[in-house]
Amino acid sequence: MSELLRVATAGSVDDGKSTLIGRLLYDSKAVFDDQYAAIERASRAQGADYVNLALLTDGLRAEREQGITIDVAYRYFSTPKRKFILADTPGHVQYTRNMVTGASNADLAIVLVDVRRGVLQQSRRHAFIASLLRIPHIVVAVNKMDLVDYSRDAFDAVCADFRQFATRLDVQDLTFVPISALHGDNVVQRSANMPWYDGAALLHLLENVYTASDRNLVDARFPVQYVIRPLSDRHHDYRGYAGQVAGGVFRPGDDVVVLPSGFTTQIEAIDTADGPVDEAYPPMSVTLRLRDDLDVSRGDMICRDRNRPQVGQDLDAMICWLDERAELRTGGKFMLKHTTRWARAIVRDVQYRLDVDTLHRDEDADALRLNEVGRVALRTTQPLLHDAYRRNRTTGSFILVDEATRATVAAGMLL
Amino acid sequence: MSYRLSHLRTLEAESIHVMREVAAEFERPVLLFSGGKDSIVMLHLAAKAFWPARLPFPLLHVDTGHNFDETIAYRDRRVATLGVQLIVASVQDDIDAGRVVEDTGPRASRNRLQTVTLLRALEQGRFDAAFGGARRDEEKARAKERVFSVRDEFGQWDPKQQRPELWSLYNGRCAPGAQVRVFPLSNWTELDVWQYIKAEGIELPSIYFAHRRLVVPRDGALLAVTRFLPLAPDERPVERVVRFRTVGDATCTGAVESDAADVDAVIAEIATSRITERGATRIDDRMSEASMEDRKREGYF
Repeated sequence: MSELLRVATAGSVDDGKSTLIGRLLYDSKAVFDDQYAAIERASRAQGADYVNLALLTDGLRAEREQGITIDVAYRYFSTPKRKFILADTPGHVQYTRNMVTGASNADLAIVLVDVRRGVLQQSRRHAFIASLLRIPHIVVAVNKMDLVDYSRDAFDAVCADFRQFATRLDVQDLTFVPISALHGDNVVQRSANMPWYDGAALLHLLENVYTASDRNLVDARFPVQYVIRPLSDRHHDYRGYAGQVAGGVFRPGDDVVVLPSGFTTQIEAIDTADGPVDEAYPPMSVTLRLRDDLDVSRGDMICRDRNRPQVGQDLDAMICWLDERAELRTGGKFMLKHTTRWARAIVRDVQYRLDVDTLHRDEDADALRLNEVGRVALRTTQPLLHDAYRRNRTTGSFILVDEATRATVAAGMLL
Repeated sequence: MSYRLSHLRTLEAESIHVMREVAAEFERPVLLFSGGKDSIVMLHLAAKAFWPARLPFPLLHVDTGHNFDETIAYRDRRVATLGVQLIVASVQDDIDAGRVVEDTGPRASRNRLQTVTLLRALEQGRFDAAFGGARRDEEKARAKERVFSVRDEFGQWDPKQQRPELWSLYNGRCAPGAQVRVFPLSNWTELDVWQYIKAEGIELPSIYFAHRRLVVPRDGALLAVTRFLPLAPDERPVERVVRFRTVGDATCTGAVESDAADVDAVIAEIATSRITERGATRIDDRMSEASMEDRKREGYF
């Protein structure tokens, strides 16, 4: 059975990120002849000696003309074991916004480091954001090994440096791979140039990283998304609660509670268009039918009676501010979307701003601006049924939306 | 139990989630249905998302008038089975009313004209969200578009003004007059679509499978000889065994030589294909490096 893995890549052009992605796509045969012919022509036109695989990820005309980079591009490739969705985020400008946008639901992040330059400020930022978003697996690809004669000492120095910084972060799984994206060493095939490296090639890691324990299968959470009422002769009394399982495992017969009302009942059946199922777990989209006739609507949450989420209007969260036109300040009011529920929220306090380079907490800060991260206290107009983000990325996350422009201005992770 | 889902079931669950979000949060959604395989899969997913209820939104076909007969027959059959409302917005109407001027000559195409018809139909129906079957693997402009793509009152896509799209928290709120295009198949590839067609036993118009047909080679593609295709004096139709990898306007959608007569054979063919889907078949994309990007900025799908 082929599974899906969502991968985020972080790094700048200088680190060889585009070359690495081009190499992964090309060597896994996800690049087609017409695409290859196009970059071959472009490489020749630029006077390059070899086909520049970085051009595979080349952008839109708007980007070339205006010298901007759109925050995230998605690429797809697959092997017999897994299908990969690669969220490719540019590293230079607006790194926080870009990476948060591209990596919020990633299973794994690849952080690129140029072995000659070592762990720079930018690599540390990428690692920090990956840990803030709680991406379960981080792979540090130490690139350009060909330029240091495939030196083990150079690789080890980068690893030690990175590990030291990572101890200050909450990183669950950290792996290092020495590569040369340009020559393909340890990208798809293991390299003969680095016999001292006894780990796997990058693609092998991506294919085999163990993800089964990344989901929360303990706390049953079902945000009601849509009420299905056919009102047809054949399904006259049908009333089903459609949604995507956000945590835990649901089975017919389970004792459940509907929040916020607090009514308890049992699951009568779990329906799909393919017929009823015996269990539902993340990320399945199903329809629950309940034994009792209750008033349940979108934004409610179905969970186990003895394992309930937190219910509250006063929330503490880490916020990434993503908007260049506005800023977050005490007293600011926003629309807030959490699971399938909208509420309004007011900022009660900016507790601190986090320096993403030093991890220093500036408690005198009174605002968050573009690309800034901080801890904020919010009050919402109605209670949110939530878990800590570290326990559940679905029931622990929210977005803030500007009331005037309706733009998404912040990503929030509940503490 | 491992509680694992296959990649196809994961994609299915994500697409269904997207469709239910739209049905819950918008007043008047509509599903753009062309009769091509992607919109067929999208319609199949929509039917599953709301089962056992009917689709809570109508279908809209932007009809260039240059259709393959098999596609229209399929469309009408499918609409009847599902019991949904179909709105046909005709490019011909806009030509007749003088709202657009048709190109002439052998390379004339109504592809670009569709945008005007699409925007008119969305406005007339007061639709605030339109589902499209576009996939990010199709083209580099699409690779950068969000699942919920907010368009201004002219339907234009501005790649610089895209909203961050986080987790599965879609923000469909927009200013009055603006509209949202929603792409539930964003993360599907051509191969995923075909594997899903096989897994679900979805019926397709017969032109997706190998058949004998009169075609004319043009610009490196094989165009079907139809009543809509004017031939240049030096062009001679030839008979070939072909199938269509994409199905759109009959005058600009090329066939590929293929003997893949069923779904398994098509999957085997795609898995080893060395040419992208649009590169093989879409003359409209070859006009320039950025033609899709330009059309999207004008309000295209």
